[in-house]
Amino acid sequence: MSHQAAELAARASYGKLVAYLSAWSRDVAAAEDALGDAFLEALDTWPRTGVPAKPEAWLLTVARRRLIDNARHAKVEETAAAALRMMLERAEAEASTNTVFPDRRLALLFVCAHPAIAEAARTPLMLQTVLGLDAARIAQAFLVAPATIGQRLVRVKAKIRDAGIHFEVPGAHELPARLDSVLEAIYAAYGSGWEDVAGADPHRQSLAEEAIWLGRLVVRLLPDEPEGKGLLALMLHCEARRRARRDARGAYVPLQRQDLTLWSRAMIDEAEAMLSTAATAKRPGRFQLEAAIQSVHARRVITDHTDWEAIALLYEGLLHLAPTIGARVGHAAALGEARSPESGLSALGRIPSEDVADYQPYWALRGHLLKRLGRTAEARGAFERAVELSHDPAVRDFLRDSFDTASESA
Amino acid sequence: MKYTILVYESESDFRARTDAARKDAYWGAYKAYTQALMAAGVMVGGAGLQPPPSATTVRQRDGKRLVQDGPFAEVKEQVGGYYVVDVPNLDQALEWAGKCPAAASAGVEVRPNLAM
Repeated sequence: MSHQAAELAARASYGKLVAYLSAWSRDVAAAEDALGDAFLEALDTWPRTGVPAKPEAWLLTVARRRLIDNARHAKVEETAAAALRMMLERAEAEASTNTVFPDRRLALLFVCAHPAIAEAARTPLMLQTVLGLDAARIAQAFLVAPATIGQRLVRVKAKIRDAGIHFEVPGAHELPARLDSVLEAIYAAYGSGWEDVAGADPHRQSLAEEAIWLGRLVVRLLPDEPEGKGLLALMLHCEARRRARRDARGAYVPLQRQDLTLWSRAMIDEAEAMLSTAATAKRPGRFQLEAAIQSVHARRVITDHTDWEAIALLYEGLLHLAPTIGARVGHAAALGEARSPESGLSALGRIPSEDVADYQPYWALRGHLLKRLGRTAEARGAFERAVELSHDPAVRDFLRDSFDTASESA
Repeated sequence: MKYTILVYESESDFRARTDAARKDAYWGAYKAYTQALMAAGVMVGGAGLQPPPSATTVRQRDGKRLVQDGPFAEVKEQVGGYYVVDVPNLDQALEWAGKCPAAASAGVEVRPNLAM
């Protein structure tokens, strides 16, 4: 029972406690260690004494004491130790009068995605500090060795402490750019890329729920920022199709052939509602546009057809805001459907070849467009490259099938 | 917290110090920047350095002192000077670093000073 209570408290409040303790001590790693110790102490104490009336406050007090003790052991300068003692006294006074402690998770999110933090480290850092995911789980999702992620996280936490990155929500003039990197990091956790490949990889899938949880958190903490809602809408739209992405045999099913009865109407409705609230702010952005593209796809549930012209137009808008390779390939795909395979191919041709040499969606799309034009030999070459670049066996099988039919029709 | 802003300069930046057409703009910009740091009360110290050809590198190996003409590493951008500022956090240090004239050409590096 108490073990369960501790676990529940852990899930519900881990990020809140880490954020508060990190902001307070300015040391994320030390805050995590202290909180870990506090949870251990809870497991030891609560079965005997019963779960305290305010478990979070209890954990916070224990973790704070541990932080002070650890600082003393580390022989921190006497002045710093004195300052910490003062902070502890003040914090304990606060704890006895306040039943709630401030939610500093937003500040922590901004620290995790700070421009001074290496981009590759931002998403893992967010997953670990805000959600409490361990390095092994994160490593699995990013297809790297746990030790690599572990070391990267240790380094980045040391940088936060040593470089004096502060735990504040950026001011109004900085907010849009800084928020964008927070949203980027969350989107990277979702692991979605181009619509057809989105979330098909089971390793990446494992973080989708966590990413959506973080998206909801941002929407709750920054209700006036439409891009947060845009990102949440985008992830919900992609997530709504999760069950349709594989058939009963586990084979990959591309978006256009998905069984619409398997799409989650509840998630689509939530995404649509989120996107229309975002639109009322009249500040369009990259994530709102990407969500709008998915929203056009989702309308197939009602109209049974896809308005590719609308999608091409939205991609054009997206290219103005964020001319990423993904957006350029998406735009080419939409043109290929809305107008002709030739116009899709010529849009692909305008992307610098060095940017797409290793970009799987480019080669898959190129293969499909060439196949539609009957240029079989070239199509085969493109599909072969796409197969080489695919991590997911189901996607590889799908591409090989396309490749075989390309050969047969020759 | 004290931070050091390392001012990196390209060969062209170093030449601007004496180039008749550019030197007024060069020195004017650094003078204004230094005055802004002082007026804000964040300046702890700093120095401008003579160009890399004036550098001498010293290494102590097996009890012997090896002296070599030139900077420590042959790279395109070299340290041309540094500022030490005292500000509450990295963001404010970065804010000041971004205003340094070198930020608009070669670039500047911001490092927290060790507490001593």
